[in-house]
Amino acid sequence: MASSVLIVGAGIIGAACARALAMAGFDVTVVDRGTVAGGTSSACEGNLLVSDKGPGHELVLAQYATSLWKQTVSDLTEQLGDAFPSVEYDPKGGLVVATTGSGAQALLDFAASQRGAGVDARVIEPDEARRLEPDLGPLAEAAVHYPEDAQVQPAIATEALIASARRFGARVLENTPVLGPVHDSSGVLIGIGSPAGHIRAERILIAAGPWSGEVARMLGAPLPVRPRRGELLVTTRMRHRIFHKVYDADYVGAVGSDDSALQTSSVVESTASGTVLIGSSRQQVGFDSRMRVDALSGIAAKAIRLFPFLADAAVMRSYGGFRPFMPDHLPVIGEDPRMPGLWHATGHEGAGIGLSLATAELIRDLMLGADPAIDAAPFSVGRASLASHLSAAAGDAVASNAAPRDAVA
Amino acid sequence: MNTSRTDVLVIGAGPAGLAAARAARARGASVTMLDSSDQLGGQFWRHLPPERPSANERMLHHGWVKFRELSETVLSDDGCRVIRGAQVWAIEPDSTSAGAAHLAVHVVVGEPDGTGRRRLVLTPDAIVLATGAHDRTLPFPGWDLPGVFTGGAAQALAKGERLAVGQRVVVSGAGPFLLPVAASLANTGSDVVGVYEANRVPALVRGWLPKPWELAGAAGKGTELAGYLAGHLRHRIPYRLGRAVVAAHGTDRVEAVTIAAVTPDWAPIPGTKQRIEVDAVCVSHGFTPRLELAIAAGCELTAERFVQVDDSQHTNVHGVFAAGEITGIGGVDLALAEGQIAGHAAAGGLAADTEVRSAVRRRRTFRGFARRIEAAHGIRDGWPAMLTDDTIVCRCEEVSYGTLCRATDATGSRSLRALKLSTRAGLGICQGRICGRTIEALLADRVGDAGLTDGVSTDRRPIAAPIRLGELADPAHPDPASQHPVPLKGPK
Amino acid sequence: MTSRILPFQNDPIKPTAPAPVTITVDGVPATGAMGQSLAGVILASGTLRFRRTSVHGAPRGVFCGIGVCYDCLVEVNGQRDVRACQRRARDGDAVVTQHDELPAAPAGDAA
Ligand SMILES: Cc1cc2nc3c(=O)[nH]c(=O)nc-3n(C[C@H](O)[C@H](O)[C@H](O)COP(=O)(O)OP(=O)(O)OC[C@H]3O[C@@H](n4cnc5c(N)ncnc54)[C@H](O)[C@@H]3O)c2cc1C
Ligand SMILES: Cc1cc2nc3c(=O)[nH]c(=O)nc-3n(C[C@H](O)[C@H](O)[C@H](O)COP(=O)(O)OP(=O)(O)OC[C@H]3O[C@@H](n4cnc5c(N)ncnc54)[C@H](O)[C@@H]3O)c2cc1C
Ligand code: FES
Repeated sequence: MASSVLIVGAGIIGAACARALAMAGFDVTVVDRGTVAGGTSSACEGNLLVSDKGPGHELVLAQYATSLWKQTVSDLTEQLGDAFPSVEYDPKGGLVVATTGSGAQALLDFAASQRGAGVDARVIEPDEARRLEPDLGPLAEAAVHYPEDAQVQPAIATEALIASARRFGARVLENTPVLGPVHDSSGVLIGIGSPAGHIRAERILIAAGPWSGEVARMLGAPLPVRPRRGELLVTTRMRHRIFHKVYDADYVGAVGSDDSALQTSSVVESTASGTVLIGSSRQQVGFDSRMRVDALSGIAAKAIRLFPFLADAAVMRSYGGFRPFMPDHLPVIGEDPRMPGLWHATGHEGAGIGLSLATAELIRDLMLGADPAIDAAPFSVGRASLASHLSAAAGDAVASNAAPRDAVA
Repeated sequence: MNTSRTDVLVIGAGPAGLAAARAARARGASVTMLDSSDQLGGQFWRHLPPERPSANERMLHHGWVKFRELSETVLSDDGCRVIRGAQVWAIEPDSTSAGAAHLAVHVVVGEPDGTGRRRLVLTPDAIVLATGAHDRTLPFPGWDLPGVFTGGAAQALAKGERLAVGQRVVVSGAGPFLLPVAASLANTGSDVVGVYEANRVPALVRGWLPKPWELAGAAGKGTELAGYLAGHLRHRIPYRLGRAVVAAHGTDRVEAVTIAAVTPDWAPIPGTKQRIEVDAVCVSHGFTPRLELAIAAGCELTAERFVQVDDSQHTNVHGVFAAGEITGIGGVDLALAEGQIAGHAAAGGLAADTEVRSAVRRRRTFRGFARRIEAAHGIRDGWPAMLTDDTIVCRCEEVSYGTLCRATDATGSRSLRALKLSTRAGLGICQGRICGRTIEALLADRVGDAGLTDGVSTDRRPIAAPIRLGELADPAHPDPASQHPVPLKGPK
Repeated sequence: MTSRILPFQNDPIKPTAPAPVTITVDGVPATGAMGQSLAGVILASGTLRFRRTSVHGAPRGVFCGIGVCYDCLVEVNGQRDVRACQRRARDGDAVVTQHDELPAAPAGDAA
């Protein structure tokens, strides 16, 4: 009999896991308190980047993911047919530009270290950068071209992965919030409680994005996932003038930072519909989703430094989401040693779209007891860098009086 | 700093905003009134620019005297600052603001869609939202051809420029608004070939007859409509019920339309089609309130999706009031009454005060009138039968009805947000102002019983109007005149 | 025939003779009455098509007339995305019609 997995969350991580597991023969149920792609995965950009990651475990995961995207997109297209909206996969490559002298040296050093880790990071002269991006402003001091960077339309990618998972037999229950754990008489986790009743499964996988901390606490295994707000700007349609994902080298600093104050960096890219997407801000403000004009102003100013012509472009929309932030900047992928049967695939912060496919492969292999293609230990709940945060999260859970309540009781 | 005076900001200088500004001044508040237009008067009193004076402009307007009186009062009052060409593009919560409403109102002042407009941030004690409404036009094959206009466009160009949008024109849709549109076209020199109201006599009777006494109070409105009907007779414009323009034809511009009889729920009846040569079509099926600022301010909406207000026109947000078409489509008289109450209350008054007793009475009368308009002329469910597979439903992104249906079926999605992203419907530059409600209705219909379940609405637009990146990057100027108004006149 | 301004001599509201304003539309001069919107001047000059759409290259013109539909977008004196119905015409305004092609589909897009 197929082993059953219940996935909490139908964002891109839950969707990718559902597909990989269903393809491997698991009996998969996905529950989401809202709808498919209703959370962060439709409130973000769809960059599939290696360029922003320094040597380390996240880069290894990103490189693994990069190796999977192209084939997966073509499999999805074939399986889902022409009527399915295009996921807009575009391996357009990234161009990182330093606009200050000190930034230039930092960027060149960073690129050298990435090359050591196998990233195709080509240092190019500012003139060559202007050949790739003719509208680039005069401030470019140094530039690195990353041909491996790509993009997708993240909401459609999530929908496509879910649709594919369904065809491999997965069930998707929308508008079904997880309310608490279900235990057997010996206290073993055997399912979750929802308004539709108990849903049982041998394994429960939390893929609830920035809400994973909440869900994990509810199920009795607190995890320090926190929301980190990000806002973006969308311009009106224009002639195609930006050809790569172009970003300011100080982006690299913002991603790795723990600072909870407002930070902005600019990542500028054209979309298939002719608009230009400009991201983004990083700010820890809980789940407060109100638009912040100061954040938008900061993003706008940096985008204009890169592309002066954008000063006259009109912004028609802004949106934002909450990155699932981990204090040690690595996602959590694997079983929770504190609670047999409970698994995590979350905490991807600003890279969950890109990392989704690789995360799903790891989860599948770990559940099958097979050897994953890359070492999964650095992403385990038990890793050293997470220990102190885990105990702090457990302390918070007790303090906030949100200790697990058993749905059976 | 003078803190005893309430600083009231009125957004919108249509009938509701003008009445609010005057009432707030009458109660001693210092008032700032903004409008994105360079004229006062809003949609109803849209008029010729100062460069084109005329002896008899009042002929084009109902209540022209009232308008002159209101605008002269606010313009001649040093305690009322009027800023024209002022586009509010965002409202954000601001707990640290000096103003008691704790909202920051972000404005760009300058030429419409200009570059380098001045950014201004206002932090008033109270805000009256009076942003009005725009036409709701349902899609039909060919509605995206040049030469197909909303009723409002015909009206605005006729009143504001003395321009007739066509020579041979058909007016179609639903609602009493079709009458002034036809009247304006006729008196600007168009030959109005016919006015086609989709609803039929029983619907009109049901809407208009149950409480005839309400109409007595709305006598002014009755006379206004009677005036339009008389005008129709004079111009011999046929007014046909239970018929609609169901298609527009042409390659580069509209050359003809198909008119058909429609069922009581607006589905075209086969075998009733008739083709008419025209060079313009004006179509309006009612109005959609301009809610984005209210939503950004945190205002709750009613089930019918207007801004929810209490007896004082106060929204659920402290210090934020709403008046006019954003609280319900009721026409100019209701807008005036509500505006007066809102302005009075924003300045600290109560709905029970004698100053607003007559406004409260008029509001009751005209709300009844508004309900009856909706009952008689409201949109019926059968209209999607007009659509063909390739009818454009989202004009900006050119999403066809067929594409919308196929994407919904293929993804199995029940999320408006996800479907917008996967089809691009509603994501274009108008930000769903024209197609939003239509897309919602079509998708809800397509996904079946459960409907759309993500609770998302197309009315949310945190950026209420496009702003140039350069303007956004520029630091905003705090309002020098807030709290302590310096006498200032509107820019000339 | 098409849109036109009611000749002031025939207008029952008895206007004074309007002063002219002249703009160019894709280089071709068009004259209207001072104080008119760009949209009004362009319409009255016999042009209904203001731009071509990006996906189908279809013609579009004034639709709502009050600044909400953005179908009347034009470039004015080098400024893009200006709603012609909202901007008053000034002598010498150089209007250029907009047509923004979509980016070419990427080579790697399987769909
Ligand atoms: C502004 C911004 C820009 C970004 N740009 C990029 C980028 O360019 N590239 C990239 O790779 N990543 C990017 N990211 C990050 C990326 O969006 C996230 O890492 C990713 O979407 C997370 O996916 P997820 O499936 O974990 O979470 P989500 O998509 O948030 O899905 C979680 C789901 O769990 C559900 N849920 C929550 N609680 C419950 C409950 N109690 N019961 C049932 N269901 C529940 C939610 O409804 C939700 O649908 C960006 C993020 C932001 C905010
Ligand atoms: C084009 C049109 C023509 C109409 N003609 C008639 C008619 O002939 N007869 C009739 O009975 N009814 C007509 N109506 C109905 C009309 O809406 C009401 O009769 C009446 O004008 C409503 O008054 P109001 O004050 O609520 O709103 P409005 O008159 O619509 O005034 C709202 C004002 O707010 C301003 N505004 C909105 N958003 C912003 C922002 N973000 N920043 C700055 N300013 C903003 C607008 O520029 C506008 O001037 C028309 C409606 C439209 C859309
Ligand atoms: S015609 Fe609709 S915005 Fe100008």
